[in-house]
This record gives sequence, structure tokens and C-alpha cells, in this order.
Amino acid sequence: MYKNFFRYLISAIFLLGFSVNSNADFKVGFVYVGPTGDHGWTFQHHEGRNAVEAAGIKTTFVESVPEGADAERVIRQLAQSGHDLIFTTSFGYMDPTNKVAKDFPNVKFEHATGYKREHSNVSTYSARFYEGRTLLGHIAGKMTKTNTIGYIASFPIPEVIRGINAMTLAAQKVNPNIKTKIVWVFTWYDPGKEAEAAQALIDQGADVIMQHTDSTAPVQTAEKAGVWSFGQASDMQRFAPKSILTSIIDDWAPYYVERAIAARDGTWKQQDTWHGLKEGMVAMGPYNSAMGADLVKEVEQLQKDLASGKVHSFTGPIYDQKGNILVAEGKVADDGMLAGMSVYVKGVEGDIPK
Amino acid sequence: MIKIEKRNDVPMALYFFTPFIAIILTILGGGIIFYILGFNPIEALKFYFITPISNLYGFSELLLKATPLCLIAIGLSFCFKSNNWNIGAEGQLTFGAIVGGGVALLFYNQEGFYILPLVIIAGAIGGMIFALIPAILKTYFNTNEILVSLMLVYVSKLLLDYLVVGPWSNPEGFNFPETRQFSDSSRMPLLFDGLRIHSGIFLALAAVMLSWFVLYKTYLGFQIKVSGLSLKTAKYAGFKGKTMILVVFMISGACAGLAGVGEITGPIGQLHRMISPDYGFTAIIVAFLGRLNPFGIIFASLIVALTYLGAETAQIFLQIPKYTGQVFQGMILFFLLASDYLLFFKVKILNLKKNELRH
Repeated sequence: MYKNFFRYLISAIFLLGFSVNSNADFKVGFVYVGPTGDHGWTFQHHEGRNAVEAAGIKTTFVESVPEGADAERVIRQLAQSGHDLIFTTSFGYMDPTNKVAKDFPNVKFEHATGYKREHSNVSTYSARFYEGRTLLGHIAGKMTKTNTIGYIASFPIPEVIRGINAMTLAAQKVNPNIKTKIVWVFTWYDPGKEAEAAQALIDQGADVIMQHTDSTAPVQTAEKAGVWSFGQASDMQRFAPKSILTSIIDDWAPYYVERAIAARDGTWKQQDTWHGLKEGMVAMGPYNSAMGADLVKEVEQLQKDLASGKVHSFTGPIYDQKGNILVAEGKVADDGMLAGMSVYVKGVEGDIPK
Repeated sequence: MIKIEKRNDVPMALYFFTPFIAIILTILGGGIIFYILGFNPIEALKFYFITPISNLYGFSELLLKATPLCLIAIGLSFCFKSNNWNIGAEGQLTFGAIVGGGVALLFYNQEGFYILPLVIIAGAIGGMIFALIPAILKTYFNTNEILVSLMLVYVSKLLLDYLVVGPWSNPEGFNFPETRQFSDSSRMPLLFDGLRIHSGIFLALAAVMLSWFVLYKTYLGFQIKVSGLSLKTAKYAGFKGKTMILVVFMISGACAGLAGVGEITGPIGQLHRMISPDYGFTAIIVAFLGRLNPFGIIFASLIVALTYLGAETAQIFLQIPKYTGQVFQGMILFFLLASDYLLFFKVKILNLKKNELRH
């Protein structure tokens, strides 16, 4: 321990601008936006880190790093203190990650959910969460009695709008009368606000609640009110065992392990990754037995078809709220369209906040 | 039976010495917590208080972090010294950043030497206006400034949310809640290449000098101090209480606004929702730890800034939970208040007879 301390101290003193790189002490750093115990977004990244550690690679993490001026210092400190690969796991780290990457060309950086790769040592990665939303939509369309689905949304960015649309399209396919009501909470994590939003949606007649926020408050509110809900980011079943039909699980572990090994063995290359059900980056939690065996079978089949590419979440015809055609019959939306999605499809109520 | 008595003679030297006692007790308390958590306390404390500033980069980051804390605390000292409890510096910081950032966004595609001064002045005015709200409500409608200033924090944060999501969001930013990057002319000049420490530190130092001058060399400073010691005396002396309240809030708000502008034109470079990790609230600890004295506040802002950096370093090297930083800040305030209490009051343990208890 003491020997380590001196090594760190010495490197901390002398490491302005260059880093120690040797295969023997290859280290991976993680920067989290929330606490490791949020049971949502950060929790899953932390699980991914545990998998890297289990693969025999040393790791370090810093939790609850604000997306403001502090992020750059934390990322830089990790780079300076001999970390060879650094995962920055929130959108707000995009600019700081690229800035630090410029000064540490020998360190590899992986930024989650961003689109800027300004230097050859920066990769980006995200998951096709919308594929999971398609499954939720199918289930919600079958389970709802009021034909009203409540959706707690965070920020009107393409990723969130994509989720709303994918869910609505899938629900309409099994139940043409579906309406999606949305409450924008403008936060990723605020149990109080999320619970209020869930209650507001339930009061408006929604009997299925889903969320694009990270706390377990919405599912707990749904459990109390006796309506259906879905877990987000991690398997939230134990927080609302009766209410949760299934969860969309972000499984970063295989990707993190693969990238860490590649960086260690010198085969790491810059890339933009967008994995889904097929690769397992998006996975589904256990299905609630209240769904009935037939529905579970249907959903499992749909899951297979989405993974194999036989079914695409955005298959035409798709109309916007005014009835204009977005995707023609027989066509599927390409990734470019998905990446910039900024209109609701028909059946979603309200307007996107501007 | 325990009896608490006010001390009549509190030596001034001891009054300025107790913050050091509080810091030492905090370090000891921190060591005990680390020990209970299963870490080697000496090693943990080294990572906490020495490693972060053991190189030039670390030291520059300390100054960067201390700058907004120092600026806000200097402003708050005017309010607190005169018995005005402005708890909403975070809101004034945010509103200053909104106004300053708005000006910077007007010039997003232009360069010019005049842009940065305009942005800075706009930020100070923004903070000032926002601080005037609780001040005016207090002087003319007798409202409680603690509540009003605190509630306005949420108002300003929600306004910022609205702006960065809606009208001010970057048109090329895929609807992400952030504005465009400011042009280089709206950015604080860096002091050294490769370090983030910027000219905003001179604003903080100027505020320290100015506040020392105003507080100790001017009639206004005298009024502020007398009002703080005894409101009645101030009234009998014929001081214009209302004007003074407005002035101290304006100073305080301007300082917080400058701190906000320093952050967005310094390390951040745009407006988004996370421009301050609650500097406005932490600065309250800084102000009291610095004994509301301008030079004390410099020292206190460095110490408190170090608790932020130390928490990061300790997590990177030892995986100590990052929230220990907040525990340290809480402990500093707790020990400071406790030692103040013991400084101003005597605790006597008395042996009373039965008949004495009847009174």
C-alpha cells in the first residue's frame, strides 16, 4: 500500500502533460454523473465496470461528477494518473472529454451518448434503447384498459423522442386507439419530480406508466396506484414487483470488457458504436406473469425479430402528428433520421417543448 | 445542573484563531471517519489535502475552484455583517450568468475587445438586480429576506432550464439542453497556456481589496458594522437603514453575478444547466469560516475548494466515496459554530442544593 502511495504521489507531482503507459499496470477510469447507487443509469455503468474488473483489469471510478466545470478536471486527473482508457458516461462530458483527449494522445477515451469525435483517440458509444421501447409499446398496447399510456420524459433530445415514438408505434400496431400522454420533467434524476409526474399521468387516466428518467420513484408510484409500469436502465422489479411488467436494461458490460481488452492489447480503434438487442447492449428484464403466457411468447418472438433485423422499430408507413408521411410504406427509417429525430408520430399528444 | 453564561471578555486573537481549531478538528474528525470506513487515515488525509495541490496543475485548479467561492463570500460578508441574511447567492449567481451569458450569446459570431467587459458588467448587473428583489421586499414590505432570497434560487434555476432547453438552445445541438459556445472574445483570458486558471481571479482579488477598503475605511462600512452589532444603536445614530440594506444586497448580488459570469466565460464557455455545483450555498460556509473578514475569506475559500478537489483525488486513488467532501464541509461549519459557542459562552456545572432548585 505504502509503495503504491509513493508511486501515485510521485506520478501526481511529475505528471503534467505526460502519462505513464506500460502494459503491466494498465488501468481503466470511469466518470459517472450520478451516485453508483442510483439503481438506474450510473448503477448500470458501474455494473459494467465491475465486469471489466472481473476480467482482470484494474479500474477506477469517480461518481457524481457535475457536468459543469468540474468534469474536465476529473477526466484530466484520471488521464494524468496513468489511466489508459477512460469512459465518460454522460452526455455533458462531451466537450471536456474531447478537450482532455487533445492533450493526452496516448490515452483512449470513450464518451457515452455524444456525437463529437474531434481526435483520433475519442470513440463514442450508445445503445439502441428504442428497440426496447418497441417491446414496451407492444406490451403496453395489450395491457392498457384506458388506451392511455403515460410517459415521463426527461429532455426533448432525439434519443428521448425516439423512445416515445418507437413505443407509440408499437402500441398502435396492437391497439389502434392508443394515446400517449407525456410529462416533461427536465431532469434525469429527481425522485420527487418523477413521482409527481407519474401521479399526474395516472390522474389523467393513464394505466401504464413508463419513464425515460433514472429513479425508481415512478414505478413505486405506479405500484401504489395499482397501474402498470416498466423499469428503466436496470431491472427495477424489486422496487415494484406487482406493477413492473418488464424493464429495459442497459448492459454495458460486454462492450466495456471488449474495449478495455482491445485497448490493453493495442487493437483499440476509434469508432462510433450503436448497439441494440442484437449485441445485448439493450436487454429485457424478467416478464411479469400477469402478462399471461401468450403475450410473453409474442414479446419474446418480437424481441428475436428485432435482434435479427427481421422487424425494425421504425417501419413505414409512419405519420407525424399532422398526418404528413415521415417514412413511406415498406421503408424503414435510416440511422441518420433516427439520430436527429425531433417530431412526434401520430398518436402522441401535445407538443415537443421548444 | 448545567448553567450557560455569556463570557464578558472574549479576546479578539482567539476569535480569529478558532477557525484554525475548527479546521484541525475537522481533519481529526475526517481521519476518524476514514478509519471507520476502513482506510488508513494518514494516507487518506494525504490524498485529501496534499496530493491535489502537489503540482502546478493541481494548484491552478485550486485557485480556479476558490475564485467563485471567494467572490461570493466577499459579497455575502457585506450582508451578514449588517444582519441581512442573503441565502440566495446561488440564485444571484445563476441570474448573473443568465444576463451575462445572454450578452455573450448576442455576440456569439463576433470578436472584439469590448465584448468581454460588456459580458462581465451585464453579469454583475444581473446579480445585482436579482438581489434587489429580496432587499426591496424586505425594506418596503417587511418580508423575510431568508425565505425570499432562498426561493428565488429555484426561480433563477428554472429560468435557466427554460432558456437552455428552449429559446437559447444551440440550433445545431440536437435539442440538447445547452447554448452555443461563446466566441473567444467572450472568454476570460487564460493566465497560462494549458491551465484553466483565468483572469477572473483578478476580479476576486479586486473584490477583496475593495471590500476591505469599504468595510474598514468608509462611512458605509462603519454603518454596516454598527448595524450588525446593534440595530437599535444604528437607528439612534440616525443611519438610513433602508438604503444600507439595498446597498449591501446590491454588492452581494453583483459579486455573485460576477462569480457566475466567471464560470461561464472561464472554464465552461457556454450556458447549460449545471453551471454551478452550489457555489452560492458553499460560499456561506466560506464567509463564516473567514470570519466575514476579506483576507480571512481568501484563506477560507482555498480550504473549502480543497475539500472539493480532495474528494475527487481520494476517490480516484483510494475509492473513498466522493460525498466525504460534503461531510468535510459540514464538519468545518459544525466545529466552527461549536467553538464559537464555547468562545462566547461559559458552561458551568453547578452543584445546587434542593431549596435552590425551587426558584
